[in-house]
Amino acid sequence: MAAAPSATAVSTAALLAPIRAPTSAFLRRTQLTRHRDHSLKCRRAGPIVPAAAAAAAGSSSSPSSAVFHGECFVVGDNIDTDQIIPAEHLTLVPSKPDEYRKLGSFAFAGLPSAAYPTPFVAPGEESTRYAVVVGGANFGCGSSREHAPVALGAAGARAVVAEGYARIFFRNSVATGEVYPLELTDTGAWKECKTGDVVTVDLSNSVFINHTSGKEYKLKPIGDAGPVIEAGGIFAYARKTGMIASKAAA
Amino acid sequence: MASSISAAAKASTAFAHKKELAAPAPAQHRAGSSRRTKPCRVRAVASPARAPRAPSSTGSVKSAMTMTEKILARASERAALEPGENVWVDVDVLMTHDVCGPGTIGIFKKEFGEDAKVWDREKVVIIPDHYIFTTDERANRNVDILRDFCLEQNIKYFYDIKDLSNFKANPDYKGVCHVALAQEGHCRPGEVLLGTDSHTCNAGAFGQFATGIGNTDAGFVLGTGKALLKVPPTIRFVLDGEMPPYLLAKDLILQIIGEISVSGATYKSMEFVGSTVESLTMEERMTLCNMVIEAGGKNGVVPADETTFKYLEGKTSVDYEPVYSDAQARFFSDYRFDVSKLEPVVAKPHSPDNRALARECKDVKVDRVYIGSCTGGKTEDFLAAAKVFLASGKKVKVPTFLVPATQKVWMDVYSLPVPGSGGKTCSQIFEEAGCDTPASPSCGACLGGPRDTYARMNEPMVCVSTTNRNFPGRMGHKEGQIYLASPYTAAASALTGYVTDPRDFLM
Ligand code: SF4
Repeated sequence: MAAAPSATAVSTAALLAPIRAPTSAFLRRTQLTRHRDHSLKCRRAGPIVPAAAAAAAGSSSSPSSAVFHGECFVVGDNIDTDQIIPAEHLTLVPSKPDEYRKLGSFAFAGLPSAAYPTPFVAPGEESTRYAVVVGGANFGCGSSREHAPVALGAAGARAVVAEGYARIFFRNSVATGEVYPLELTDTGAWKECKTGDVVTVDLSNSVFINHTSGKEYKLKPIGDAGPVIEAGGIFAYARKTGMIASKAAA
Repeated sequence: MASSISAAAKASTAFAHKKELAAPAPAQHRAGSSRRTKPCRVRAVASPARAPRAPSSTGSVKSAMTMTEKILARASERAALEPGENVWVDVDVLMTHDVCGPGTIGIFKKEFGEDAKVWDREKVVIIPDHYIFTTDERANRNVDILRDFCLEQNIKYFYDIKDLSNFKANPDYKGVCHVALAQEGHCRPGEVLLGTDSHTCNAGAFGQFATGIGNTDAGFVLGTGKALLKVPPTIRFVLDGEMPPYLLAKDLILQIIGEISVSGATYKSMEFVGSTVESLTMEERMTLCNMVIEAGGKNGVVPADETTFKYLEGKTSVDYEPVYSDAQARFFSDYRFDVSKLEPVVAKPHSPDNRALARECKDVKVDRVYIGSCTGGKTEDFLAAAKVFLASGKKVKVPTFLVPATQKVWMDVYSLPVPGSGGKTCSQIFEEAGCDTPASPSCGACLGGPRDTYARMNEPMVCVSTTNRNFPGRMGHKEGQIYLASPYTAAASALTGYVTDPRDFLM
């Protein structure tokens, strides 16, 4: 696996970027390859992630290409982490590569089938065709299981676009770098989007576009998570600020 | 004492709400001077972005702060801080369990190296509790991972289980982590407790700052003993009035969540004060704090008092120092409840804020009743259920499952005499009422778990449960319906086969 860029490289790149938070958030993902190489490998290899090309390009150099494009999967308000990854699958340990992939195959397995007839991950598949999850208020409430953002990320989703997040899900998404937890400035987008609509999440312009419906929505800046994301996650942030030694013993 | 606002029995009017109130704290506020001052602790170095300050000034806080702000100020060696600030805090206790422990350990090893040592072997508490009595191989393997790690790191507090056929053969085994943390003396006023479980907020009952974190954050704490936390603003809940004999703390917290919604306290601290709270036992205070996460809360706190200190006697030898909200502390908002006017409530499917009066649901037919979990599986929860069965003298009409939270609770169920029963234990009363035999202590079916978990809902049934979450699929089946209720209401519902107001038996 390619070596991750140093924390310094990341912060420099972040400073150079026109829009700081999303850009550096993007670089963070590369940084995390240090301890998540397996996951990134499998994601990049996935043939059906529409944003893969743009994503790969963005993470390697050009910050302005931090754009996710593909189909969206739409859920409602108060989607809790039991619905994102049901408890029976929590025996899977996210830090083990094969179990990480399995977690992805169970992403959103807890959604009631009556309300959500289309599964997020098709039966027999390991990853999803949907690059973006669109949700309502209080996304990711309930259990603190980090398996939830991990399952979404492992399945190949790149971003969640919702009206608001439960605290722990948001934090876990940032700390792991699995998905971008992006907040809409207004409510109601999820009601105007349908699963399968073709969408674009443009981080540098803070905009979410639904090409199928022709509607555009504004995104909030990433906010308080900024400094941590800019550094490349909680470990890189701590190394950068001298909280822990700059090079892990590993 | 602030006068409580009286209100009609109608749930929504039994409280008052004021935005941005900076009123003096109610009578609950006390000086913590009865405690010995903690000897100067060794603080870690290199807090970034903040000027260092003399440790000697730590004790004298000049700007008014809430309890939660004070605890975080002390843990980050700051004289004062404001909601919204991000601070590095020293963690006093880190708890993990069999579901998130293996992943946390994986991250710790990757980031700090295979040979790395945890920051303090006496501050890490590892409690297998979620998936224990199952033949699921991966679940069993996860407990093995915890054991290997604890041996390697010489972790002082590891509550292991090896013999799954008989939990009593495992003297170290406790059961549900949050109840075990309290019973084993790990919950102490003024300290910071982080755990890889959202209900870690349970420990706020002790006046501790306690909140749930993910594996990655926990892996970081394992290596450094530090966490980057954002200081939450505090919402204050003033509960006054005499608690009616048919209410339990579960009714109070369901009432509150119903009021402010499942995201009403997102990113915020919830402080519970008032004469009712002062009158609650530690277990009841835990029930209150346990469910703040169901309102989105970051943590919940109850000011420590004599009840707290008494509970802690003999449980810990660690010096602790309680803190209290200043009289001029600023609260994000204030809610007042007249508890004497409240009625037993339930949370209907599929959200903990879907509040209804128990009596409004009397036509809801139920298939089973579940009494257990960190919220509703403590000793007093079983005593409460037994009280209803005893008062009725009847048999349950639907299968009634009992899962004591910990080994200690299980022992209590089998040994403590129920008041007014002529010396009978809970277990005898449950048997006479036709309940299932109390199961081995663990999280059980509270979160569904592996398919062979005891009392798991494998069919789309209706269950009245003393647990804390009723999201779709939480107890197993995705189409299952869960009514969250107090142990009183759960027992009353078991006796009739319908959601039932416990006053039908207790009055
Ligand atoms: S009893 Fe339920 S809520 Fe409590 S820790 Fe266990 S699974 Fe979580």
